[in-house]
Amino acid sequence: MNIFEAITSYVVEIDWRYFIELVFSGLTKGSIYALISLGYTMVYGIIELINFAHGEIYMIGAFTGLIVAGALGALGFPSLGILVIAALVAVIYCAAYGYTMEKIAYRPLRGAQRLSPLISAIGMSIFLGNYVLNAQTQDFVRFPDLLPPMPFLDPVSDILRPSSFLIIVCSATVMIALTLFIKRTRLGKAMRATAQNRKMAMLLGIDADRIISATFIIGSGLAAIGGILIASHTLQINFNIGFLAGIKAFTAAVLGGIGSIPGAMLGGLVLGCCESFAAGYFVSDYEDMVAFAILILILIFRPSGLLGKAKVQKV
Amino acid sequence: MRSSQWFGLAVACLTLSLPVAAIAADAIKLGVPGAHTGDLAGYGVPELNAAKLVVDKINAAGGINGKMVEIIAQDDQCKPDLATNAATKLIAENVEIVMGHTCSGATKAALPMYEDKKIVSISPSATSPELTQKGQFPHFFRTTPSDDAQARLGADFALKALKAKKIAILHDKGDYGKGYAEFVKQFIEEEGSAKVVFFEGITPGAVDYSSAVQKIGRSGADVLIFGGYYPEASKLITNIRARKMKIDFVSEDGVKTEAFLKLTGKEGEGVYASSSRDYSDLPLTKEAYEAHRKMFGSEPGQFFELAYAATQALLNAVAKAGTTEAEAVMKALRTEYVDTPLGSIRFDEKGDCEGAGFAMFKVEGGKFVDQKFGVE
Repeated sequence: MNIFEAITSYVVEIDWRYFIELVFSGLTKGSIYALISLGYTMVYGIIELINFAHGEIYMIGAFTGLIVAGALGALGFPSLGILVIAALVAVIYCAAYGYTMEKIAYRPLRGAQRLSPLISAIGMSIFLGNYVLNAQTQDFVRFPDLLPPMPFLDPVSDILRPSSFLIIVCSATVMIALTLFIKRTRLGKAMRATAQNRKMAMLLGIDADRIISATFIIGSGLAAIGGILIASHTLQINFNIGFLAGIKAFTAAVLGGIGSIPGAMLGGLVLGCCESFAAGYFVSDYEDMVAFAILILILIFRPSGLLGKAKVQKV
Repeated sequence: MRSSQWFGLAVACLTLSLPVAAIAADAIKLGVPGAHTGDLAGYGVPELNAAKLVVDKINAAGGINGKMVEIIAQDDQCKPDLATNAATKLIAENVEIVMGHTCSGATKAALPMYEDKKIVSISPSATSPELTQKGQFPHFFRTTPSDDAQARLGADFALKALKAKKIAILHDKGDYGKGYAEFVKQFIEEEGSAKVVFFEGITPGAVDYSSAVQKIGRSGADVLIFGGYYPEASKLITNIRARKMKIDFVSEDGVKTEAFLKLTGKEGEGVYASSSRDYSDLPLTKEAYEAHRKMFGSEPGQFFELAYAATQALLNAVAKAGTTEAEAVMKALRTEYVDTPLGSIRFDEKGDCEGAGFAMFKVEGGKFVDQKFGVE
């Protein structure tokens, strides 16, 4: 009886408003991690490559959005229209980047030993980062505030910012669409088949090269959406934003079980919420430490990640 | 025969040097130790140049109480071991007053020797707080603000101008930002009129700082003091404004940049940030720059104004005291205002400069506007 009372009084004492605030900021960050980590996990699922240049694609998405928004802004478009068009252009542009990157940096190394494409990926990451640094600027640049006012959020404006709302809703939509695409369409089915067994899939008439290209295109497009969303949240970008976001997203992919698409989504959200709670209830100095300690704990008990399937070693 | 030739040469040298020594005995010897060579010569050489300009000007006007001023330069390369050598040589040359050293470490190594001989020294660039605040070097003065001066300004401004009761302090975990934040915390706690309700660090470059901002909001702080640089500051302020939080934002010269104004736009309005005062408009500063261009054919370097002011203050104190005896010179340094490229300055009990230093600015209409805080 006493214990029960103690627990109820504790539950009542928790500041629920603050808790929900932290959940929302965790989901905001987590959605971005999830969008990026999908690219890592899809590529890994199909060619077992960790595409280190993926964070740079996210950064290029944000920059493309900025340039398009600048041009359209000068032409006098309405701000929501600018945001949608900028996002579309960024997705297409980044998809082209992903496709080209695979063609020139990874495809020639497909048959090589596993370390070679990895080094090629690191090289690609450095190349793209420096390219934007030189072609654009090394300074932070301001991203225009394109969000329309959302009056229906006013009662909860201190808990949920419009930009957070947009990030959570957009990511959820995109992730549901991706899941349906993978489950229902022919291309999705072919991707799953290639991920399970590339040789067998090829024997059954699936063009593996085409599937790999499609994977890079989809992953890069998702990263571009992430880039646009975060830029309209923090309102500033520079050439280096992809680095830390890329590492966190990669962590999320491993946490969820690399190769698993629902795993990447879950991993991103879990990582984001862990960080948010660590900063909110503990000290923000240790935000990253707590997040990574949780990662290690989960991997000790579930080495293949939250939703990853343990691979059967064929001897 | 050979030895007698050498002897003759030695005698000749001695006789030649005699008149020089006779004049020197009548001069005021000003020691100028500092980093005149080595990696940090970019700090030390402008200081030596400044001393030369001031001394030339004073000598051309007839010296101090009829005596000429003579500069004795010693190189220490900002290294503590070389600094003690330099101090030994200066003392051996009967130097009466010292303008130097350049770096805090070198200054700290040399000061005990000047203390022993009761020689007054004044540094243009040694910023380490302990040099003046521990009180172990009563004969030491400086024109440069101490490292914690900006933190003191930030804390004072929050307490007195903004009348803060609850203060949140955030830093970027870097040496500069965290050092500033820790000093601010210390000063606020010493003052006792407000409470530090939040003291944490954030990771530069992280995707979002929402949770830290939420926690600050929950702490009920009315002022947020941030130690760090402008990219994080602008992310924070954007977040704070989007949440419509009623909190004042105070920071330092890592934030008082044009880039911050560009990044934040409208959201930056009302942000407070401190930085060193701008001296370039003062007539004396312009005059000193012009003299430097004329004599050395180049633009003056870093610490030039501070060294110029230090030499002026020291020689002015000697002139007012009528002697180089330590007690009288120190009294004059503390009481007599002197016009310098830093404005009108004198020194406090501990040896820090009064009247120069940092100013607090506020973003108003897309510009940093001096708040004239602490200026009578």
